Amino acid sequence: MELIEVSGVSKSYGGVVANKQISLKVRRGRITGMIGPNGSGKTTLFNSIVGYHPIDEGSIKFEGKEISKLRVQEIARLGMLRTFQQTRIYGKMNCVKNMLISVSHRTARFGDMFRPYSPELEEKAEHLLEFVGLYSKRRLISGDLSFGQQKLLEFAMALMSEPEVLLLDEPTAGINPTLINGLIDRLKQANEEFGITLFVIEHNMRVIMNLADNIYCLAHGEMLAEGTPEEIQTDQRVIDAYLGAH
Amino acid sequence: MKQHSQHLIPGLAILIFSLAAPFLFPNYVFQFALLWLMITFALTWDTLGGQMGYNSLGNIVFFGVGMYTSALVQIGLYYDIGEYTAAYGAILVQYDMEQYFTGLIIGLIAAGLVAVVFALAFGTIVFGLRGPYFAIGTLGVALAAGELVGAWDWVGAGSGISMPVYPGDPDDRALLYYFLLLALGVSTFLFLMWLYSTRFGLAINAIRDDEEKAEAMGIHTKRHKTVAWSVSAFFLGISGAIFGNMAGFIEPLEVAFPTITFGIFMVVMCLLGGKGTLWGPVLGATLFHVVKEVTWTHLLGWQWVVLGLLIIINVVFFQQGIIGWAQDKWPERFGIIVEDDDALLAAQDTAEALPDKGVG
Amino acid sequence: MIDNINLLILAPYLNVQLLLDGLLIGAIFVLAAYGLALVWGVMNVKNLAQGDFVIMGGYIAWQVGTWGVNPLFGLPLAIVFMFAFGWAIYYLVIRYVIERDLFTSLLATFGMGLVISQSINLLFGPEVQIADSGLSIRSIYIFGGEVTVSEIKLLSFLMASSLAAVVILFMKNSRMGQAIRATAQDARAAKVMGIDTERVYAFTFALNAAICGAAGVLIAMIWNIQPFYGMTHSIRSFVIVTAAGFGNIPGVIMAGLGLGAAEQFSGFVFGAELQQATVVGLLVAVLVWRQIQSSRNRQAVI
Repeated sequence: MELIEVSGVSKSYGGVVANKQISLKVRRGRITGMIGPNGSGKTTLFNSIVGYHPIDEGSIKFEGKEISKLRVQEIARLGMLRTFQQTRIYGKMNCVKNMLISVSHRTARFGDMFRPYSPELEEKAEHLLEFVGLYSKRRLISGDLSFGQQKLLEFAMALMSEPEVLLLDEPTAGINPTLINGLIDRLKQANEEFGITLFVIEHNMRVIMNLADNIYCLAHGEMLAEGTPEEIQTDQRVIDAYLGAH
Repeated sequence: MKQHSQHLIPGLAILIFSLAAPFLFPNYVFQFALLWLMITFALTWDTLGGQMGYNSLGNIVFFGVGMYTSALVQIGLYYDIGEYTAAYGAILVQYDMEQYFTGLIIGLIAAGLVAVVFALAFGTIVFGLRGPYFAIGTLGVALAAGELVGAWDWVGAGSGISMPVYPGDPDDRALLYYFLLLALGVSTFLFLMWLYSTRFGLAINAIRDDEEKAEAMGIHTKRHKTVAWSVSAFFLGISGAIFGNMAGFIEPLEVAFPTITFGIFMVVMCLLGGKGTLWGPVLGATLFHVVKEVTWTHLLGWQWVVLGLLIIINVVFFQQGIIGWAQDKWPERFGIIVEDDDALLAAQDTAEALPDKGVG
Repeated sequence: MIDNINLLILAPYLNVQLLLDGLLIGAIFVLAAYGLALVWGVMNVKNLAQGDFVIMGGYIAWQVGTWGVNPLFGLPLAIVFMFAFGWAIYYLVIRYVIERDLFTSLLATFGMGLVISQSINLLFGPEVQIADSGLSIRSIYIFGGEVTVSEIKLLSFLMASSLAAVVILFMKNSRMGQAIRATAQDARAAKVMGIDTERVYAFTFALNAAICGAAGVLIAMIWNIQPFYGMTHSIRSFVIVTAAGFGNIPGVIMAGLGLGAAEQFSGFVFGAELQQATVVGLLVAVLVWRQIQSSRNRQAVI
């Protein structure tokens, strides 16, 4: 059983068909990539999967369970989290607090909300902040961090929640090129050591080819091709789609 | 958390002063009582507005609900309510101490509980709304409540209800209500101080900072919103009950649901002191109340205009309030620092050390 | 109350009367709502003082009446005065509030409303006033005398409709109108194209104030005004805009007329003291309906 199974999903926005009959599978424990020229419907598909809007047709299954009618919070509590292209964090709280509040709410009962955070959780938060290189900034207000630092914080917050699968929307966008390697390493570590399945939208070809085990390519709202990085890189249809888009 | 200790000294100082105040300044007991009412107003508004980002313009509705509930209980225990209100005060309620206090205590508890029930009922409607819709929706509910109660004959309609008279010395009465409001204010503060130190505190802050993100991270936003709203309602309801007794006579538009006055003061006080903090509302309430009492009579006629101008200036130019301003000026005092740990610095150097400007 | 409902059932022409009166007054609500939607759409400012602008216009009409001039002549005066007033308010208050969060604009305009309503109270006193146009007694009778249409209401309806038509045409065809619409869609792009967005904002706000002023004159003539009635008018505008949604002019018209009719009926059935409660009740109903709609899209009412 695949972790995520998308079958025949379509979504239109007021006349524009953003996704047309998309089917794909995200395998547990792997890193799956999604590429495609601008406007090919990648983020729309992400949004559909995590429950941000309803889909017009098709089915989305997570661990075998149909989730296309569930709300965002419910899907998140099943263990599927996403990061945002524009990077969203809790801007008025400091980094440590951002981390603490990201502790998974999957099993949270009513009374749990009145408990304090244990020292172990604070330690874990600081450890993860150190993993992404933000340890010394942990007491700063997160809204005051630079864009790249906020991106890393968002990533750390997702890790704190120990999801089954993490959907990352352009994780390297806006990051200084010299620091992208560090991010790729951390993503790989998250996958290999923490066992988190990753599903990544990327524009940076070097990054995604380096990172992903298998890749899906979207174009004009439809699934164009799928395969290993080598296969995708040499697929004429993919090349045409990107060249044609420019 | 370690912050509790730094609250202790100013807290104790205020407590001691407040206990002594009515004896040191016997002419100002009413004013001090009002001050504690204002502090409760500010604290309960801040839970919703400052901590959770749900700017309610109609919190005053709980104040009125509590007030009427207590009045009905206090009278209803020993008299028939319909008859009482229909008589427009012709029936004079004479209680002895035992009756009076029984009524009062049950009334206060009922006020808190009924306010919570009201909050739960309305919470479902009102929490699907965000931003301006929430503000206007709550404002509307408070305005309508005043009118609806004003049209309800059984509770006295526009003529209101005369509260039972305290069977004792008027000076003792003043002291009684002062200490009740003091106790309420202090309990509200202590309760909120505890509440904000739990996971709940962080959760509502997260809802404030980015509710969609909070949902995307799986936080039970609805649960938290409901609890916050109920907490606010509880303390406000009791405050209404106490104030109703203090005023001696309650009436829907001016006393119970003073939406444009008390209702807005709640917001202004928090903005002034610094919303989203524990002491901000307290500071703001104190400053606001003192300044208002001192200047009100001098500005005869124009006091509301001045208040309106103050709201505009505060909202536009000084929205972070006093505490917020202090936080910007002296971040280190609030723990907002760059903190290095020598043991980890080495690890950071080998891994990707992120310079402040380098990334993005 | 039950008696009133019985009356409605027994006397069908009563229904027509209420409906007609409702539509005639509803046209004025449409004006104010349009102004609110305009400012909201162009500048993202939710003007809680909208109703107080209306009341200001009303008092201008009343004042004109006290000078022995027919309040109808207050209309051009109100439009000009309120336009200038709106322009001034923009530069004094509103422009500081535009880029900020929603709460700021709401509370700042609330403060404005407080200043205005309290000032009016101090200047004119708390009594309810009417601006007598001399046409309120003259009526047209239709349906064989069963239904009365007072001339002033009819005239007000025509004026409201004409004003609305003029504004809409202006927005469509004039350069400023196009500039406003461009800025509403994308302020940065508009700036880059050379549009002075500050002036556009000021003009829009001033236009809104003028529209409200005109509406106020009409309200004073066919209904009544009082320094503190502003809030209710503000809520009315919000109800209409929330029900109709943005950019939906036919929707605003229908919602406005509908609100007018609904108020007449409920005023008759429940009595006049519950007027604000009715408007608020409708507000809550509209918000809840919107909420149900949005939850079907898995989102909250934004």
